Amino acid sequence: MAFVAAVTKRSGAVRGIKRPSTPYLLLIPGLAWLFMFFIYPLINLAGTSTQTPADSGEVGVYVQSFRFANYIDAFSGAREQFLRSIIYALIATLLALAISYPLAYAIAFKSGKWKNLLLVLVVAPFFTSFLLRTVAWKQILGNEGPVVAVLKFLHILGPQAGLTASAFAVVTGMTYNFLPFMTLPLYASLERIDPRTLEASSDLYANGITTFRKVTFPLSLPGVVAGTLLTFIPAAGDYINATLLGNPRTKMIGNVIEARFFDIVDYPTAAALSFMLMAAILIMVMVYVRKAGTEELV
Amino acid sequence: MADAAASTKGDLTLTNLVKEFGDFRAVDDLSLVIPEGSFFALLGPSGCGKTTTLRMIAGLEEPTAGKIAIGSTDITYAKPYARPVNTVFQNYALFPHLTIFENVAFGLRRRGIKDVKEQVTKVLELVELAHLAARKPVQLSGGQQQRIAVARAIVNRPALLLLDEPLGALDLKLRRQMQIELKWIQTEVGLTFVHVTHDQEEAMTMADTIAVMNEGRIEQMGTPVELYESPKTVFVANFLGQSNLVKGKVESVDGEDLNVNVHGNRIVVPANRDFSTDNHERSVLIGIRPEKISIEHPEANTLGGGIITDISFVGVSTQFQIQMPWGQELAVFEQNDGGASHLQKGDTVSLSWKPQFTFALDGTADIDAGTSVNPDEE
Repeated sequence: MAFVAAVTKRSGAVRGIKRPSTPYLLLIPGLAWLFMFFIYPLINLAGTSTQTPADSGEVGVYVQSFRFANYIDAFSGAREQFLRSIIYALIATLLALAISYPLAYAIAFKSGKWKNLLLVLVVAPFFTSFLLRTVAWKQILGNEGPVVAVLKFLHILGPQAGLTASAFAVVTGMTYNFLPFMTLPLYASLERIDPRTLEASSDLYANGITTFRKVTFPLSLPGVVAGTLLTFIPAAGDYINATLLGNPRTKMIGNVIEARFFDIVDYPTAAALSFMLMAAILIMVMVYVRKAGTEELV
Repeated sequence: MADAAASTKGDLTLTNLVKEFGDFRAVDDLSLVIPEGSFFALLGPSGCGKTTTLRMIAGLEEPTAGKIAIGSTDITYAKPYARPVNTVFQNYALFPHLTIFENVAFGLRRRGIKDVKEQVTKVLELVELAHLAARKPVQLSGGQQQRIAVARAIVNRPALLLLDEPLGALDLKLRRQMQIELKWIQTEVGLTFVHVTHDQEEAMTMADTIAVMNEGRIEQMGTPVELYESPKTVFVANFLGQSNLVKGKVESVDGEDLNVNVHGNRIVVPANRDFSTDNHERSVLIGIRPEKISIEHPEANTLGGGIITDISFVGVSTQFQIQMPWGQELAVFEQNDGGASHLQKGDTVSLSWKPQFTFALDGTADIDAGTSVNPDEE
């Protein structure tokens, strides 16, 4: 009997080892994190978004009443900023793409022994404060700064005109701040391209431009998609650039959410706006990724 | 097909071609003519300049000096996309984002041909992969990718098809099969093939003409039989197959024959197989292929007193290592037809062969040239 028991026990132990439970165990910390810091707050936020002020009239106290009209109210109050956020974020993303693509291309294919140094330089600005770097643009674009001086000398800007506290300054700041998020994924996808496929293209009667259009760019598409998403998503929700470099007419949705939350203590509207921003970005990203996946962007 | 690419035809002529990378001379004053319609192999160890030569013909490298022409058209400085030349790259370099069909159609589309379906289907049928047209390259095996790489190139009907170690990534069995298929395709489509390889067996199986390259120069050019039976340099003798080379001294020239004193033995070499370029009074290397030597049957040329140090059975033949009285080890391959089966390690034997199989090379040459190179290294 003892022998049988021992055998059973051992085979049970063997079965225990063979069962592929390890992957699930490894998932637990990540899932717990995701639940605590993403799922739960998201549900909480959803709950807050349909609350109404308490009968007591006390500031900052809300009760759940499932008032979905909060969304309509919130949107009609911030439609302008909403649209502006999307447009600014789109422009900043396109500018970042236009600046980053040649840069990433040069680092991936032409930089030789300077490759690592150039990559460090792309990331280097992260070592200084985001706020300081944004404020610095006030100096760069200021009336005494080099950009205005050059533009005035070239008569592109009138003698009275300036660049600060403008939509231009906000978009410039956003483009600058999110540039590395565009450059690094682009570099990663360009660097993976086998140079022999480019040689094969030129061997098969494609000149430089055609090779870029038909081979290089399509093969870098994963990087383009990743880079534009990593730029567009945070840019659409950004409020620092609009706060520091803009004026009252360049307020973005982030500014509205911030004001609702901290100044007016209107949690339901802030929550509803956050949800709408998230939904809008999600829909746009889904459409975009689907198009990119079928290479319709080419 | 009204473009310059298709109208250029004729022999490929390389004239005094030189390519330098910094101080390194990869291709050194190379001249050769590859006749239209031939299957030509550039054979040599890695670093001998064969791939650089191919890349210059493709337009992927610019020559430091010299001239490349197809027929009477000078293409030395023409852009790769403006040459009637297509390449099968070493690792195929298929476009990973395109289907097999679009990979093959790529060159046709770039030349503005609208209706590509018929041509693409035809060439896919030629390589027997028409059923995979809708797949992506990653979904194909190595051998299938290789055939698509060939199809993608030959669909353009180039004046010249360049193959850069096209079979290097395949396993031995598949490689043998693809060698036969490539040879068949070449006959079928009638294009000029220039094939770069370090595999001497591959070159001999496929090519009409082989140029053996070493250190940026052509050592010898000829048919596989010429190169094997009459190697003109030690490098070729050792690189193509195996050779026994023994130092000797020419004692007299007796009509059609040279009498060579090899460690006290008289070895006869036909005068027309004396490829040494030095003065005959000086030393020569006499050469004999291992399978030409007989241990049992006495012939005119004999070296005695050898001791068998190693025997290895390889199926069709048995390979003997035999230590000669002067210390050198020679190789002998005997057919497994029962004649040499009684031989044992340690037996003392005489090696004999017919004089017409002997060849003579420069005695001053490095006897090991072409042996130390590992033909499988990239």
